[in-house]
Amino acid sequence: MTRFILRRLLTAIPTLFLIVTISFFLMRVAPGGPFNQEKGLNPAVIENLNRVYQLDQPLWSQYLHYLSNLLHGDLGPSYTRPDFTVTEMFATALPISIQIGTLALLLALTIGSVLGIIAALNQNRGLDYLVVATATAGSTIPTFVIAPLYQLTFALSLSLVPVAGWGGGALVNKIGPVLTLMLPQLAVVARLMRGAMIEALRAHHIRTCRAMGLSEVSVVCRHALRSAVMPVISYAGPAAASLLTGSVIVETIFGIPGIGRYFVEAALARDYTVVMGTVVVLAAFTILFNLIVDLLYAIVDPRVRHD
Amino acid sequence: MTTPILELRDIHVRFATLDGAVEAVRGVSFSIRRGETVAVVGESGSGKSQIMMGVMGLLAQNGRITGIAEFHGMNLIGLPRRALNRIRGERIAMIFQEPMTSLDPLFPIGAQLIEPLCHHQGLSRKAAHARAIELLQLVQIPEPERRMAAYPHELSGGQRQRVMIAMAISNNPELLIADEPTTALDVTIQAEILTLLRDLQERLGMAILFITHDLHVVRRIADRVVVMRRGEKVEEGPVETVFATPQNAYTRALIDAEPEGRKPPVALDAPVVLEVRDAAVTFGRRRRLFQPAEPGFRAVNGLSLTLRRGETIGIVGESGSGKSTLARAILRLLPATGTIRLHGRAIEDLAPRALLPLRRDMQVVMQDPFGSLSPRMTAGQIVAEGLLVHHPAMSAAERDRAAAEALTECQFDPALRNRYPHEFSGGQRQRIAIARALVLKPSIIVLDEPTSALDRQVQKQIVDLLRRLQAEHGLSYLFISHDLAVVRALSDRIMVLKSGELVEAGPCAEVIGAPKQDYTRRLVQAALLG
Repeated sequence: MTRFILRRLLTAIPTLFLIVTISFFLMRVAPGGPFNQEKGLNPAVIENLNRVYQLDQPLWSQYLHYLSNLLHGDLGPSYTRPDFTVTEMFATALPISIQIGTLALLLALTIGSVLGIIAALNQNRGLDYLVVATATAGSTIPTFVIAPLYQLTFALSLSLVPVAGWGGGALVNKIGPVLTLMLPQLAVVARLMRGAMIEALRAHHIRTCRAMGLSEVSVVCRHALRSAVMPVISYAGPAAASLLTGSVIVETIFGIPGIGRYFVEAALARDYTVVMGTVVVLAAFTILFNLIVDLLYAIVDPRVRHD
Repeated sequence: MTTPILELRDIHVRFATLDGAVEAVRGVSFSIRRGETVAVVGESGSGKSQIMMGVMGLLAQNGRITGIAEFHGMNLIGLPRRALNRIRGERIAMIFQEPMTSLDPLFPIGAQLIEPLCHHQGLSRKAAHARAIELLQLVQIPEPERRMAAYPHELSGGQRQRVMIAMAISNNPELLIADEPTTALDVTIQAEILTLLRDLQERLGMAILFITHDLHVVRRIADRVVVMRRGEKVEEGPVETVFATPQNAYTRALIDAEPEGRKPPVALDAPVVLEVRDAAVTFGRRRRLFQPAEPGFRAVNGLSLTLRRGETIGIVGESGSGKSTLARAILRLLPATGTIRLHGRAIEDLAPRALLPLRRDMQVVMQDPFGSLSPRMTAGQIVAEGLLVHHPAMSAAERDRAAAEALTECQFDPALRNRYPHEFSGGQRQRIAIARALVLKPSIIVLDEPTSALDRQVQKQIVDLLRRLQAEHGLSYLFISHDLAVVRALSDRIMVLKSGELVEAGPCAEVIGAPKQDYTRRLVQAALLG
């Protein structure tokens, strides 16, 4: 197992390297730069800024410079927020995105799985149709509709929660963003779990369990669930990577100072280092969660372990 | 006579399908007494399995059972799940046809044995663990303590079926329902499992309800037999009586469905069409960087054969003996060493392009009539496809006519050739597969277990068909099978393989009639011939 993890971590290095390289050069193909966005900046000032940030040097030299800094864990300064380095920005923003993302993910997995199981056990009956219909609706309504509706109802009409803002991480401030992030995921998990569970309940070994007179709880929760959980696990990996690195829409609507907003803002402002930073973080999370998925697979399914 | 422990009266099983209700079982009644072995016999689709599935509450979701199934005077049909669960696995247990998939792949077998013990007998985990080891000993699993931690995929098919049996008998049931428990196993393993069931029955005094299509098995272990056809019981009685004087025409046909007849011998000077010398196939492990290649597994180890025009060589052995691998090597579908001469011409080193025209001459029919036909092509297209490759000049109409002719020769109504494979039975599909080989007018056909997936009666028809086609076209067959009854009916000579090596070879009558090697003797005994 340790060897497997080590090998996977080692293969992550070239992957990351490729992602960094491709993003770096793609970014520079886009016209403009961090300092010629605003009109009327004195060309001499721009030149000075470019010199300070070494943007006047040849591209390959900038690239090597970035790589060497990255290896030392230095993501560079932000060009549009000169008071902060990218690392500093992430240090405050990433934990916020992770908190909201983790909560949304856990809730989506638990509630979605339970709903999926209920639907599977009542296949083609009223309860099943209800779950499937709700799940379909849930995955079709976009986040930017759910979020304002939530604000309108619970914040403005009922005054139960604040409209937006982080509020120093108070629970009431988290409800809205977590719910909004969770709902579409929950819908997907419920549908995945329903399908996998129906499949699992038809398996021959489930027939064996029933023929041996085991209780329905054991048949469903111990035997069927264990094989049904596989597709959910493989979905949860990439989903976790994207949830934990923040959502632009949710963070913008709810005014959450997370990392998700930076990506779009920085890309528009050609804030090269911030864009690269988010790419590196997102890639690292994706690689990490895929590794976790593979490990979970091996834990759940002994047949995987032996390969 | 003791009173029956299970009495079925007027059992009906219906399935709601898209085409309306299908009645799989129509008013079947029979009973089973303490310690008795009753066999329910019928072909696939006769409804024989569905009766007991229904009684045990294991029907698919669209299935409904009606009637009365009295177990010690209590009707099992319509019993609430809780009450049924006190009977299932404790007083009535069941083993299934599919040893490969009937155990949970995600749990060690020990855990799967312990769970019903704790559930029904309220044993502590420790006591259940000890009992589970005892059970594994009882079903003759070697090293039971160590095996407790093994997962199903680490066991062979026979061992898995033993574990299933251990689980089924764990709570000393009064009745064991065995639904085709040996069908998916090799013949020698089949015999071992049957012996084991017999022993256990004597020791534990349980009744066995044996569901099977195999009359050999019935004759060997049953006291009474119930014959089913199309959802109805057509005959019932003691085994000796039914076999000696069957009352029903269908029973008669079932008993007579053993492949019979022998192949007329070929002339000694018939031309040699295929000659194989020292064929060997090695499945190498993948070579890791900077490490020497591991020696790999020799699936076929230096086998030779000479096939004459009109001759059939039967290649016999258990699964894993290398018989299919040898065939694939000869067809050059696998890399192999040794020489292969087709009509005197060495083909082992020919490039794929040079080999292509020769492939027409060596055709193959596979075992699985369900998997070997493309589900997206019609029967006619499947048969004509080879003509596209080998006779590109033919017009579509000519191809279609050739396909229709080949199908007719295989006793397949060519009017049906625009239908898709899933619309046909296993026997019809195998006819399509044979027509696909025949349409190219080959001189050699490799038959890789072409009858194993078929019911006995259909098997017999296919054997007759193959023999007729051989006589008419002077075909040579390489006939691969684990079923000695079919091999005997078709072959001139037999090669017995084990672990990729030749155990014994010779004329058919000699090898089966007077086997020289122990292994061959075991195969012959297990096949219950003669």
